[in-house]
Amino acid sequence: MRKFNIKGNFEVKSIIQLYAQWIREGKLPVSSDWNKDLKIKFTVQDPCQLVRKSLGDPVAEDLRYVVKACVGEENFVDMYPNKSNNFCCGGGGGFLQATGFQDQRREFGKIKLRQILETGAKYCITPCHNCHSQIHDLSEYYDGGFHAVHLWTIICLSMGCLGENEREYLGDDLKEVGL
Amino acid sequence: MSQNALKIGREEKKTTFMQKVMEILPEGGNLNLCLTCGACSSGCPASGIEGMDPRKFLRMAALGLDEEVTKSGWVWCCTQCRRCVHVCPMNIDIPRLVYYARQSWPRDERPKGIRGSCDFALKTPGNSAMGAGSEDFKFVVEDVLEEVRETQPKFKDLQAPIDKEGAYYFLNQNSREPVTEPDEMVPLWKILHIVGADWTYSTQGWAAENYCMFLSDDEAWEKIVRNKVEAVEKLGCKVWLNTE
Ligand code: SF4
Ligand code: SF4
Repeated sequence: MRKFNIKGNFEVKSIIQLYAQWIREGKLPVSSDWNKDLKIKFTVQDPCQLVRKSLGDPVAEDLRYVVKACVGEENFVDMYPNKSNNFCCGGGGGFLQATGFQDQRREFGKIKLRQILETGAKYCITPCHNCHSQIHDLSEYYDGGFHAVHLWTIICLSMGCLGENEREYLGDDLKEVGL
Repeated sequence: MSQNALKIGREEKKTTFMQKVMEILPEGGNLNLCLTCGACSSGCPASGIEGMDPRKFLRMAALGLDEEVTKSGWVWCCTQCRRCVHVCPMNIDIPRLVYYARQSWPRDERPKGIRGSCDFALKTPGNSAMGAGSEDFKFVVEDVLEEVRETQPKFKDLQAPIDKEGAYYFLNQNSREPVTEPDEMVPLWKILHIVGADWTYSTQGWAAENYCMFLSDDEAWEKIVRNKVEAVEKLGCKVWLNTE
């Protein structure tokens, strides 16, 4: 919008900011109790579009606040580097849709693959669709053994209200949790 | 002697690709301030792909190797992630240089997938890069909603409003859900339901994605942004809420 000098009489926000706000205000009753004994590890991808390119570290902090509230502080493993310094997953900029550039895209993604594998996490939360598709593909292609999940899936899981059909991206370890 | 003078004269006249880009960018994108430190390249996941990296790309552009720079397939491998700008001591805007290199490609030679996504978005009022029509979108949303209401008693009052005037939040939705995995929309609706948010989807400009931007098609990009802004204003929403 800035590029074209378009001014709307409304605010533009990311839902990540609101998730954090709603949890702080007690409106979203998330809890990490379900993961106390399971101890399933999660990491999170910082979408470039959201973090480095628009809202910066504050939204990256919000994102971590939400994730920790849902999976437990001790079960969150950050990748390195992170937040505004994180690496792009390789799904952005049209790369996923660029016909004829699949090998290059997977080459690009190796750095992300290594970052995720180094955390040892079974799940990488991807709050952006391009990241989700790319990280899902990286895990499959390189046999990474981790899952790419949307943030809303984990929020609902941690409130015990995730339906049976809403678990497409969960591994067997979480298919039944809270049902 | 006279031949030499002529040659110099000619070189001075030729505006290189980089010079043209510098004229467009604020502060010329700092493109001529490079210290050749290599910080950009060492943190760029696209370094080495197609034998290129951001520093090399910039150096070649500075040397006026326009053909090599603009024709390189690498321009489609840079994701515009801006990590290089973030770490660059001189704040040099290499991704914008790449953006304009993409733009120098004839539109029909740019990668088919991105072009197709952009064209679909232009053709549908919802700007869906997957070409999903607004009626289809509406149908899928209502269908999924009904099923949840019937099968999950806790959510028998779940809402997924479309074109609700005066709603506080205007929600966009990536086309991937309604088109390929509609059940993935449900957790989002549940969250909004639990907090009691006043929200709506719209049949106009509902799609979250914008590939025209990545195609470096300025005109199309602008058209899509304008359509979406208009949609938010038509419904009188206070917040345009990005769901990704
Ligand atoms: S980081 Fe900046 S100054 Fe250093 S080589 Fe790259 S563009 Fe040049
Ligand atoms: S914007 Fe492009 S050149 Fe810069 S770090 Fe990202 S992929 Fe590399």
